[in-house]
Amino acid sequence: MPTIVIDGKEYEVPQGENILEACLGLGLDLPYFCWHPAMGSIGSCRQCAIIQYQNPEDERGKLVMGCMTPVQDGARFSITNEAASSFREFIIESLMVNHPHDCPVCAEGGECHLQDMTVMAGHRDRRYRGLKKTHRNQYLGPLIHHEMNRCITCYRCVRFYKDYAGGSDLSAMASHDHVYFGRHEDGKLESPFSGNLVEVCPTGVFTDKHLVNDYTRKWDLQSAPSICPGCSVGCNTSPGERYGKLKRVHNRYNPDINGYFLCDKGRFGATYVNSEKRIPAVGRRSKDGLFDAIDSSQALTAIAKGLSTSKVIGIGSPRASIETNFALQNLVGQQNFCTGISETETALVSACIEAIKESGAKIPSPREIERCDAILILGEDVTNTATRIALSLRQAVRNEAYNMAEGLQLQSWQDAATRNLAQDERSPLFLASPHATQLDDIAEGIFNLSPSNIAHLGYSVASLIEGKRDDAVTKTDANDYGNIAEALLKAERPLIISGTGVTDTSVVKAASSIASALVAKGKETYLSLIYQEANTLGITLLDQGQGPSLSNIFEQGENNNIQTLIIVENDLYRRAAKHKVDKLLQAADQVIVLDIMDNETCTQADIVIPASSFAECEGTLINFEGRAQRHFPVFESKHPCRPSWEWITEIGKISSNKNMLEWQCFDDINKACSESSSTLTGINEVAPDRKYRVGGRKIPRQPHRYSGRTAMIANLSVHEPKQTDDTETPLGFTMEGHSGDRPGELIPFVWAPGWNSNHSVHKLQTGSERELKGGRSVVKIESKNLIQSKQQVKSVSQNNDQDHFIAVAMYKFFGTGELSSQSPGIIELCESESIELAIEAADKLGVSNGDGVTAHGVNGTVELEVKINDSLISNCVGIIQGMPGAANINPGEGLSLTRSENWVRRSEIISSDQLGSKNV
Amino acid sequence: MITTPLTKNVHEDRRVVLVEDYEANGGYQGARKSITQMTPSECLQVIKDSNLRGRGGAGFPTGMKWSFVPMDNVSPGHKYLVCNADEMEPGTFKDRLLMECDPHQLIEGMICGSYTIQADIAYIFLRGEYVKAAETLSQAIKECYAKGYLGRSIMGTNYSLDLYLHTSAGRYICGEETALINSLEGKRANPRAKPPFPQVSGLWGRPTIVNNVETLCNISHILDHGPEWFQELGIGEDAGTKMYGVSGNVQNPGCWELPIGTTIREILEVHAGGMLPGYSFRGLLPGGGSTDFLVEEHLDLAMDYGTIGKAGSRMGTGTMIILDDKTCPVGMVKNLIDFFAHESCGFCTPCRDGLPQTAHILQDMSSGKGETRDIETLERLVKFIGSIGNTHCALAPGAMEPLQSAMKYFPEDFERHAEGKKCNYCETD
Repeated sequence: MPTIVIDGKEYEVPQGENILEACLGLGLDLPYFCWHPAMGSIGSCRQCAIIQYQNPEDERGKLVMGCMTPVQDGARFSITNEAASSFREFIIESLMVNHPHDCPVCAEGGECHLQDMTVMAGHRDRRYRGLKKTHRNQYLGPLIHHEMNRCITCYRCVRFYKDYAGGSDLSAMASHDHVYFGRHEDGKLESPFSGNLVEVCPTGVFTDKHLVNDYTRKWDLQSAPSICPGCSVGCNTSPGERYGKLKRVHNRYNPDINGYFLCDKGRFGATYVNSEKRIPAVGRRSKDGLFDAIDSSQALTAIAKGLSTSKVIGIGSPRASIETNFALQNLVGQQNFCTGISETETALVSACIEAIKESGAKIPSPREIERCDAILILGEDVTNTATRIALSLRQAVRNEAYNMAEGLQLQSWQDAATRNLAQDERSPLFLASPHATQLDDIAEGIFNLSPSNIAHLGYSVASLIEGKRDDAVTKTDANDYGNIAEALLKAERPLIISGTGVTDTSVVKAASSIASALVAKGKETYLSLIYQEANTLGITLLDQGQGPSLSNIFEQGENNNIQTLIIVENDLYRRAAKHKVDKLLQAADQVIVLDIMDNETCTQADIVIPASSFAECEGTLINFEGRAQRHFPVFESKHPCRPSWEWITEIGKISSNKNMLEWQCFDDINKACSESSSTLTGINEVAPDRKYRVGGRKIPRQPHRYSGRTAMIANLSVHEPKQTDDTETPLGFTMEGHSGDRPGELIPFVWAPGWNSNHSVHKLQTGSERELKGGRSVVKIESKNLIQSKQQVKSVSQNNDQDHFIAVAMYKFFGTGELSSQSPGIIELCESESIELAIEAADKLGVSNGDGVTAHGVNGTVELEVKINDSLISNCVGIIQGMPGAANINPGEGLSLTRSENWVRRSEIISSDQLGSKNV
Repeated sequence: MITTPLTKNVHEDRRVVLVEDYEANGGYQGARKSITQMTPSECLQVIKDSNLRGRGGAGFPTGMKWSFVPMDNVSPGHKYLVCNADEMEPGTFKDRLLMECDPHQLIEGMICGSYTIQADIAYIFLRGEYVKAAETLSQAIKECYAKGYLGRSIMGTNYSLDLYLHTSAGRYICGEETALINSLEGKRANPRAKPPFPQVSGLWGRPTIVNNVETLCNISHILDHGPEWFQELGIGEDAGTKMYGVSGNVQNPGCWELPIGTTIREILEVHAGGMLPGYSFRGLLPGGGSTDFLVEEHLDLAMDYGTIGKAGSRMGTGTMIILDDKTCPVGMVKNLIDFFAHESCGFCTPCRDGLPQTAHILQDMSSGKGETRDIETLERLVKFIGSIGNTHCALAPGAMEPLQSAMKYFPEDFERHAEGKKCNYCETD
């Protein structure tokens, strides 16, 4: 490690860094704007100026920019030198020439990097006496608020949006002191990563619209370390609450997974927590079909009574925590516990587990994905099913650029120089999908194929890697496939991505065979398989293929074998055809539903019990890599909801379930779960337990400046209420406690002296890998401990004759997610349900956009609106998952389509008009 | 012996030199000689030996610049030669004359230069307002393709070169070579950070040489007549001739090719005919709007890179702007700073937000709203914006040069304005 001298003191710093990074890493304060730890340097703001001396005799030195100056052994610098500090003050003064003095009404105030840097640089006197420049703001959609006058032109927004995240509809426009950052015209920002602008912008140009409209300062937000429940990636988040409402979600730094960035679904898709559709109370269906609120203990006793006298089935959920599912499994017994995942999906998940066990490939974290240098995606629409990974893939293809840069001795942080050098040169990424995807722009080869042909491509590539020739392949295909095989073999770290999204087990198996072939060639091979929901892998591992499948439950229902059915956090109408679910719910004598929000399954229940959302309870989720992570309650809900695991445990206790009698708290359930099987061993080490203290103190959820503890309820009482004790977690609902170094999984928010913004995260980091100072636990289920499900489901019969179309699952970033799509802002971005057809198919049926078609499949008929998708292959039709009609069509089945003659075209109203008012 | 190689073909009436006339006057001999008889490294040696320095303003030795281009075949792919014809320096009109009157001279120089660095594609990045030059160059390029001076297998050799004319959308900053490259790539015309230099990573990330029009016009003559001939053309330490220009209230404003190192006085008094009646000399900007003022005491200095540098200014483009006694230096500098503030690309803070602050103060001063603290504020701005390295590129430090030297040589004018007094020569509100 090079040794450098800063202001007369010697320091050892990591090789290959720039001086700004090195200073921040050493805990020294040096102000900056345009540099970003993930995006590197361009040297535009000139804020991190320091003095560099030629040698020990040099007393004058030269002003250099910290972010553009590599550390070199023996180099000498000064931060405090007057020439440097006065220049930094001048830079702030210049930035302030046009910056409005609207901090008191600015949404960034209190966590504004510009405020922090202004104080740090010591700017006070304004010499400029002219008018300030003003700009017109733009409508950027329902998620992001634009206030261009506050811009200090650091270019970080466009560098993130275009360069880092591959967006195309945000640009720097005009020049000199008129530079404008926005879209070419008003409109919703198209990138699924647009929300990061809120955190990337060092001031208040891009702010969270939901927060702006119902505002709370950072210092008044109560936060807890959380995990995004939106998909199987498991990004770490920091949701903030005030007045019992979830106000916003910020990124929570985890170097392995999300780093500094979230997707928009994760950031903006959590406010369903505040929805009016939350189940307001424990309710029992009365004779008129409506629900009467009843006393919860009454309800629990009634349920417990039913348990001992009847045949009970429990249906869990891939969106509920391991603890909730484990509690339910214990309550009803393994043989009566169903994961609630459809059979098709169960078979796919089993195939994925088998692939991981058998290929011998490593399962990469998103950070490891960024280091892979040749990628093949088989079928999975990553941008829509595991969005944060798409951002990592965009970085992975830049490895070629870094290689080229190394040849010119350029460091990877020299961002502009590296991009100018590499231009469009990228590490190879190949894509096979039935339709166009949002990663096509960075792909070297795109193969639009039906799912079965994608599998064929995969097997052919595997054979080529093994050195065999596939005679069934045409010459052109052989060339293309040869290129893929060659690129994967040439790479140091080849990566294969697939998953359950394309709903064809043979695709997953093909991915596995490529990975095996690469492993056999001695390659450091990575295999990444994507699942549908936050805990899909977790619940599958819990079930171990022992419980009944969903169709088995339907059969039992038909045979009138079920008296009591307990459904936990699962809307069955999203899992199976409506007629099947209807029948089941009618057949059971008593249907008990525990859920967060009202849904179709709830309306069919006899007793409904309100469950806590992820933001109100503790739970463990297992992500796509088998990594177990804990989310903690951010706040106490104003609803009478409780965590599902708590309700279930209480029912168990009343019915004297001997396993559950000993469970006193979350940690007990978690521990019992950890001990229940070798697969889940270690999930009790995911985060410190409730007894964790530092110096006898808990970790506060509220910042040290949290205000209004008495004022908040002054209309009711002028006395300060006692802060609620949190007996379940190591966190406290207070502002008092330990706020020094904490384990990564216990950091509710970031803050450091002088650094009020999210930039303060560097004060919590250490070393060149930017690990967290307080350490963090990494619990990943080892591949060898994965348990293979014995359950094998017959594959869906495919009708491949000419009159039939193959139903292909499609995913929409906004709309497919069950809960996120009920968050304000996102509601208006969700697309309406449709069936996507290729032009040829539409022509054949004589339909165009907005017409209706009737799809005839194994579950009967469904009428859907036509949407033409140019990129779809002609014998496939896209069925958008997560929509009401979609559950009636099994992906992969053959559908016959007819034009719906009686279809009424929806008038061309846009969704925001339907909401009544546009939120500008 | 040829003493004015650059303008020897130029007609009195400025009509364009046709390809036949150009060939008849020894045209394309330099290109023929180098491509058919010399290796690229021999050509490079001749240019190095000639001591030719870049005529765009910085005066960097051309041969040395070219020598940084990698000549191995380790990274196969394109190499580029780009002619910087985005002549936008205030007071400068020398390249325009060369391109409008004798376009083939530039093209021949580019062919020679491209051959030397083994570039296969060349661009002329032309100022958009130079409509006539665009016409003459387009025509000349067409003629060259027809005659086999451009395209496949030039002059029967296996050397091929394509040349394209690009007319700029018009920003001063495009004269900065890396901003020019970004602009040519279709990106925002922001300068790039160096290193890496364009010689290794330039246009489309490939090795690229960017040279000024006048520099390239010299190349074929040097290759044709040899470095010794070129050395002898200059008077002082520099070699060759220089296109000098004069604008302002002089008898005969214009542009002349003279031996490099001719004195300022000779250019001003002999060629420009001295000041107009009723005007007397007060100072001059020797090489365009972004160079420091020189005054009476400097008139006998030789106009070459070293001499003018030692006097505290820069030779720049060699086209001087004269300040007379009936023009207020504060107003003149305000005019220049307005221009530079407007032409800032907006990339770095000191330039983007510092120049408008400067312009604002000068505006106040010229309109009689100056305050005594303004001088101190201007000095502070000069200190922070005026140093190379404080800003991303040389635009803002260049912009500060006339201001800082005007404050040094004409303090009484600044003081008068800083006291809020009106000025006889400035337009006041």
